[in-house]
Amino acid sequence: MSRIASVFATLKTQGRKALIPFITAGDPAPDKTVPLMHALVAGGADIIELGVPFSDPMADGPTIQRASERALKYGVGLHDVLAMVAEFRLINTATPVVLMGYANPIEAMGWDRFCSEAASAGLDGVLTVDYPPEESAEFAAKCAAAGLDNIYLLAPTTPDARIEAITRLAHGFVYYVSLKGVTGAANLDLAEVAAKVGAIRARAGLPVGVGFGIRDGETARLVANVADAVVIGSRIVQEIENSSPDKAAENVQNFVAGVRAALDK
Amino acid sequence: MQMYDLPDIHGHFGPYGGVYVAETLMAALDELKREYEAARHDPDFQEEFRHELRHYVGRPSPIYHARRWSKLLGGAQIYLKREDLNHTGAHKINNTIGQALLARRMGKKRVIAETGAGQHGVASATVAARYGMECVVYMGSEDIKRQSPNVYRMKLLGATVVGVESGSKTLKDALNEAMRDWVTNVESTFYILGTAAGPHPYPMLVRDFQSIIGEESKVQMAEMLGRQPDAVIACVGGGSNAIGIFYPYIPVEGVRLIGVEAGGRGIASGQHAAPLSAGTPGVLHGFRSYLMQDANGQIIETHSVSAGLDYPGVGPEHSWLKDAGRAEYVSINDDEALTAFHNLCRYEGIIPALESSHALAHAAKIAPTMDKDKILLVNLSGRGDKDINTVARLSGIEI
Repeated sequence: MSRIASVFATLKTQGRKALIPFITAGDPAPDKTVPLMHALVAGGADIIELGVPFSDPMADGPTIQRASERALKYGVGLHDVLAMVAEFRLINTATPVVLMGYANPIEAMGWDRFCSEAASAGLDGVLTVDYPPEESAEFAAKCAAAGLDNIYLLAPTTPDARIEAITRLAHGFVYYVSLKGVTGAANLDLAEVAAKVGAIRARAGLPVGVGFGIRDGETARLVANVADAVVIGSRIVQEIENSSPDKAAENVQNFVAGVRAALDK
Repeated sequence: MQMYDLPDIHGHFGPYGGVYVAETLMAALDELKREYEAARHDPDFQEEFRHELRHYVGRPSPIYHARRWSKLLGGAQIYLKREDLNHTGAHKINNTIGQALLARRMGKKRVIAETGAGQHGVASATVAARYGMECVVYMGSEDIKRQSPNVYRMKLLGATVVGVESGSKTLKDALNEAMRDWVTNVESTFYILGTAAGPHPYPMLVRDFQSIIGEESKVQMAEMLGRQPDAVIACVGGGSNAIGIFYPYIPVEGVRLIGVEAGGRGIASGQHAAPLSAGTPGVLHGFRSYLMQDANGQIIETHSVSAGLDYPGVGPEHSWLKDAGRAEYVSINDDEALTAFHNLCRYEGIIPALESSHALAHAAKIAPTMDKDKILLVNLSGRGDKDINTVARLSGIEI
């Protein structure tokens, strides 16, 4: 069983929901990322989503765009991000790490090289925003062969037949984008999310995570009532942005612990 | 050459093109694909499109023999396809009319567009006014400075112009921001993409709407000279004017197709916008094509004197035509383009767009090496009124 699958299995027996925080690798500086990852776990993260900085993050709102820009000032590339995962694994072998990013850095590295380096770094999954299943069958096969879960997105606009097709291809979990818009937007319609996630769970044999627009423990708790996992990104990146670099880990840990407490209520 | 029928049903031109977008947009692109497929085979749609091109744009645009300039250069005869004479002053309107008619057919009342030089923004604002639609144009703040007359034109036409401050503050960032708007308002909004790039079906439908340029040229050259040109030359940023004039010529043997990229301060300087000349394949803005990128796959900032060519990618069909060897791609530097700009002003009484001046400069470069009975057809894709401030500044003149 993959690390991701076993995390969901354990949580299920405990009747708890997964908390998946997101940070951008290299933000606010490359040497802060691994300490931040440990802080996320200390705060109660079950899975870590690690953003790969990209020059043209089309699906991201201003908060995560700025995080990418801060990381790119240090020239943080995909090789560096995988090295951070490997460093995290020296201490933590339990918490799954999923990369979230765009196709081009993976294209530049090459699929074979990416899969082999990612597997040896101890990465668990990869979510590539602009690789829909139509364009990524070969990449997905290479990921599977390397033991990496390919995480696909589903959206409010995804028709039912397509939900079925995508969940058949998915591994680990599926990620439901809870609103039409970019990351960090704030117009989440909980009733709509509940209806759509219900429809997805009826079709998917996999856990369903929900992200985009979740900004506090209370919203996280409400979303977790209908989903298996809650993803929080922009709000955590904001915490990093508003902290002095030395305080970022502590502040992020406190924030995540607050969400964790709300989820476990 | 065997029959050319690209893209395939998935939008691929060989390894290029495709649909590399976030899941939220997949349904909208499927809908657009279905609707365009229906419109393509709908005689009423085609008739209305042609009618608008004739009566609103002023087509067909003439082909003009630049006799004085050709004589001065002392070689091949240069003919100009006068897209600069279209309503709004560039080829961009051919595409915006086609897409606005599609938007209306799909019941969308709000259109958005990205723009670099402002020509596509103006063409989008124009058709939005013409068909009674709300229009929002995204434009890099750097380009807003370079192209202020066009910004005011868009506002006069009733459009909202949104300055984009992220990244290099140019065309690629405007495209990112337009995509972000589209993903947020996907149900109410039609994205009028300005060049033959982006996710499928955009490269195909923009090409089809722009192909009127090449279709007319074939008829006009036959009528004027009883023959087709030895080479067709067009500037390439995203590549819509180039694919528009190239496409009907792809199966015509003996006609060289030459795309001219922005060489900026020279390819060796790294400060250019010439992905076909000096880039590598990758994925950006929803499609796979040649890109300007670093070893980490980050997109590199581009430079060109011409805002409309200042883009790190290129339409996927050009990447395919390059690899297939059917078209050749070269680059022209800022200073060469400026020289051609001034020469066309002085010898032919035509002020060309800085974008088109790149194609003119390449024609001027090769014409002297060719016999006097050879024919070069240059796509004069736009007029240069919008560029006079830039040219004056580069000449050290205050206006």
